[in-house]
Amino acid sequence: MRMLSRTASALYWLGRYVERADFTARLVEATVRLDALSAKPAGEAAWASALSVTYNDKAFAATGQSISQQPVARFLTLDMTHPGSIVRYIEHARNNARAVRTALTREAWTAINRLWLLFAHRSSPGGAASTLNLVEGVMAEARGFEGAIHRMMRNEATLLIQLGAAIERADNTARLLDVKYHLLLPEGEQVGGVVDRDQWTTILQTVSAVTAYRWLYSEGLKPANVIDLLICHAELPRSLAACVEEVVEQLNALAKRTGLQGEADRMARARIARMQKTRSHEVIVSGLHEYLKAFIHENAMLDAAIARQFRFI
Amino acid sequence: MGTGRAFDEIWGHGGPERPRPEFAALSQWVAETPQSELHRRQQSAEATFRQLGITFAVYGDSDASERIIPFDIVPRIFLHDEWTRLSQGLIQRVEAINAFLEDIYGERRILKEGVVPAELILNNPQFRPEVAGIRPPHGIWAHICGIDLVRTGPDEFWVLEDNARTPSGVSYMLENREAMIRLCPELFRSFRVAAVDSYSDMLRETMRSVAPDARGGQPVCVVLTPGHFNSAYYEHSFLADTMGIELVEPADLIVDDDVVYMQTIAGRVKVDVIYRRIDDDFLDPLVFRADSLLGVPGIIAAYRAGNVALINAPGNGIADDKAIYSYMPEIVKFYSGSEARLPNVETWRCREPDALKYVLDHLDEVVVKLVDGSGGYGMLVGPTASKAEIEDFRRALVAEPHRYIAQPTLALSTVPTVVEAGLAPRHVDFRPFVLTGADGVKVVPGGLTRVALKEGSLVVNSSQGGGTKDSFVLLPENAPAEAVQTQTQVQG
Amino acid sequence: MRIAVEHLTQYRFSEPQSRLVQMLRLTPGDTLDQTVLTWRVDIDCDVRLRDTVDGFGNKVTMLYAEGPIEDIAIIVAGQVLTTESNGVVRGSHEPLPEGLFLRTTPRTLSNEALTAFARDSFGNGTDTLDQLHRWNAALAKRFPGVPDLPDGGLSAAEVFAAPEPSSRDLAHIYIAGARALDVPARYVSGYRQHEGGESAPHGWAEAWVDGLGWVGFDPSAGISPDEGYVRVAVGLDAPGAATIAGSRLGQGKEEMAVDLHVDRLGSDA
Repeated sequence: MRMLSRTASALYWLGRYVERADFTARLVEATVRLDALSAKPAGEAAWASALSVTYNDKAFAATGQSISQQPVARFLTLDMTHPGSIVRYIEHARNNARAVRTALTREAWTAINRLWLLFAHRSSPGGAASTLNLVEGVMAEARGFEGAIHRMMRNEATLLIQLGAAIERADNTARLLDVKYHLLLPEGEQVGGVVDRDQWTTILQTVSAVTAYRWLYSEGLKPANVIDLLICHAELPRSLAACVEEVVEQLNALAKRTGLQGEADRMARARIARMQKTRSHEVIVSGLHEYLKAFIHENAMLDAAIARQFRFI
Repeated sequence: MGTGRAFDEIWGHGGPERPRPEFAALSQWVAETPQSELHRRQQSAEATFRQLGITFAVYGDSDASERIIPFDIVPRIFLHDEWTRLSQGLIQRVEAINAFLEDIYGERRILKEGVVPAELILNNPQFRPEVAGIRPPHGIWAHICGIDLVRTGPDEFWVLEDNARTPSGVSYMLENREAMIRLCPELFRSFRVAAVDSYSDMLRETMRSVAPDARGGQPVCVVLTPGHFNSAYYEHSFLADTMGIELVEPADLIVDDDVVYMQTIAGRVKVDVIYRRIDDDFLDPLVFRADSLLGVPGIIAAYRAGNVALINAPGNGIADDKAIYSYMPEIVKFYSGSEARLPNVETWRCREPDALKYVLDHLDEVVVKLVDGSGGYGMLVGPTASKAEIEDFRRALVAEPHRYIAQPTLALSTVPTVVEAGLAPRHVDFRPFVLTGADGVKVVPGGLTRVALKEGSLVVNSSQGGGTKDSFVLLPENAPAEAVQTQTQVQG
Repeated sequence: MRIAVEHLTQYRFSEPQSRLVQMLRLTPGDTLDQTVLTWRVDIDCDVRLRDTVDGFGNKVTMLYAEGPIEDIAIIVAGQVLTTESNGVVRGSHEPLPEGLFLRTTPRTLSNEALTAFARDSFGNGTDTLDQLHRWNAALAKRFPGVPDLPDGGLSAAEVFAAPEPSSRDLAHIYIAGARALDVPARYVSGYRQHEGGESAPHGWAEAWVDGLGWVGFDPSAGISPDEGYVRVAVGLDAPGAATIAGSRLGQGKEEMAVDLHVDRLGSDA
């Protein structure tokens, strides 16, 4: 049976939104920890960057609230009034999942539903402890969903969810790196100068790369290494290299099952070829911000090509 | 009316101490299972329903927009020969409904012979001139009927309402059974219960059998839902899932050259049979309501051209309209040539002055219903209504008598039901499902039992606080093994 | 009378449409007094057309077009031979009984004022045909010189109180009044040949007279249709007999333009 175009679109976006919710939860978690460690001004900067990474800076400014843990954490988790909160991502994910109930296993659907039920009757994240509690819940249920997807038949449905997740992850990591780097190393400052250890640890926490870093780099925490890890190391699932590879793999597998191959495949393969030649020190020299900006743009173009190729409606 | 007079389907008239002998095993099961255990199992079933998202939306209740319907763990049981007699009546009725629709949208013999007043049909909004002259593929109109019944004694069944449009509730029948097998497996050892999980296969076969073109190959069948915000969406997705067919929304379908296609990632795929869960009004904006954003423009043209089967046929509302209901005994007789095996509940048509007078004089005894209402809205249950409610209805009746019918308050049967303080009899009704395909008429051995959870209440609608029960149909000793419910085939 | 019709309907869309499905009721049928000599429906772009009928027996053409479509023109051209019948419709294809045309639709909803006016106009006689003529004349007198205008979407009761009803509105009022007094009545869309020329398809009413059948009444002219009228489609109301009902998939607005010529050809044929 050939898959409905709308179903394909909903599955893809289901993957994207769960990933986005999970990423935002990680970011909030890492920022709460950072805030707990920092002196006051650093804490404010940390929350400002969390807003910026999730494209929420302008929307939050419009609320007129001060940038501090309580209001920002609430804004990023429970706030139904704007589209950039975890609860709204989950709402989108659940709506997409509902619309494709028949393409999901019960296990996958219940995982999404449990994710949604985390937020029922909750209006305030409360203090740091309960915020951590909430985001940990989100991360746990998101892992549950991921597990359920892995246990589904490896068919078009699974592949489209994973494709959406990979495209989303690529955007998230690039954005995280871009914003944090800009924040931590204001113009003119040398990479490798005196850095705030805690800040860089936050980045690693957000992409679950603390252990990976220790495995790969014997030296202490160095920005150049963090950038190298997050861009070029395909062993790290949330690195740009890994996302780029995964997109190609999912598209290949989809082509095998559906016979649909086209623009998106060509773009994804061109991207992986470039990625394999990318050296992080060259990126730093020629401008990390420009590199990441181009990457994010290209990722968005690929997203549009996927929508055309699978006739999303 | 009091619960005391009613026939209890398990206990008979003897009360819990002297159950009907055939059901001794059930009474024993109830007696041996601790009360707390019954409650626990019931909660476990409801928790599952919530996790699966088997919820329904209550009209006019924005607060709790997604609720589950309470589930009662004590099953209702039909003896094999009770069921056989009931099935014969159901088949006769559904055959008559199909013959009536075929006639009314074609020759209109029944009007010419004066069996049903012509103006009652022609002036009825449920009669759809837009589809007049269309003969659906294989001449079948009501592929899926839900016939609402009440019972007053061992063999006394009454038809309360016919549902020939898009009867819902079949997912509850299947999920309730699933829950019972999981939570009370011992009951299926005590009783030889007919399996209901063949429903999906039966429905799929029914759908395939009415495909317009029998040129071989597998016809493409789909379930058409208004979308996932619809209150019955769970059921739509459940049915598509268990039949292994696509669940489509209107935007997935296009009509080109009088052929319906669904839009897939690989391009267009021709659709042959559509089980649509969208009301006639919203089906095709070119033919019915032009302001409908839901519909599929051109779908009626494709249907008229004979290129697609619509399940159920548009225009069926005329067969289950409350104003037509009171003529059903005559309609059954007209087409089948014999008396209706299943009687109607006596009905006063308030449009008739004598009937209106009787109803106004007996408002505290009767049940008054809106002709075009459903779901327990716009309904008066005289014996339990307050004085003020009765006076409200009196005014409404006098103002617009043609909108109402009234029926006597029947001593609805009860079934033991779990309540706070143990088990107590609660009133029930029953909706069996009847499928009609090119391959014949079939009654699914089971159905949806709805139970009024409030003591003495006769209103079983889920929107009014009713619950559901599993409905066992017992098999004879010599039934083939595959017909017996042992484990479920419903998978997720 | 030999009547030539040229009817162009053009839609322009502010943004390209990806799909278009239209149901056209643009083809007249034969009756004893109306013979279609030639008739063509042409479209100025690639479309698929399918001829069918609707539940009322009207001839229907389904039009399916794939985008991108920025504009589309539907061109109807044909000739019809008519004879005078004093408005009586004979030999039309009638799949539905007249009793159906007693039902009310949102557009033919009456109210007390309208029904009272109809009752007064009908008078005390018992001859239905005479009553219907009186009702026609009363409306023509009360609303003289009404124009053919695009559909305003109002009910008969609403337009009865409105300052400037259109010919279509007037037909709705006629139908609402007749039905309120238990006379089956329906809407007719078609063409009319007359002095001033026509800017849009015309609409009038037909009412049922026992023993005679359907009889046409055009309250905008105060007459029963003569041989200058071409009946195309009937329905419970104007939307039900709409010449073009369409649905489009795409953003933006649409603009419609109509060019219509209804001409009398030589008096001999």
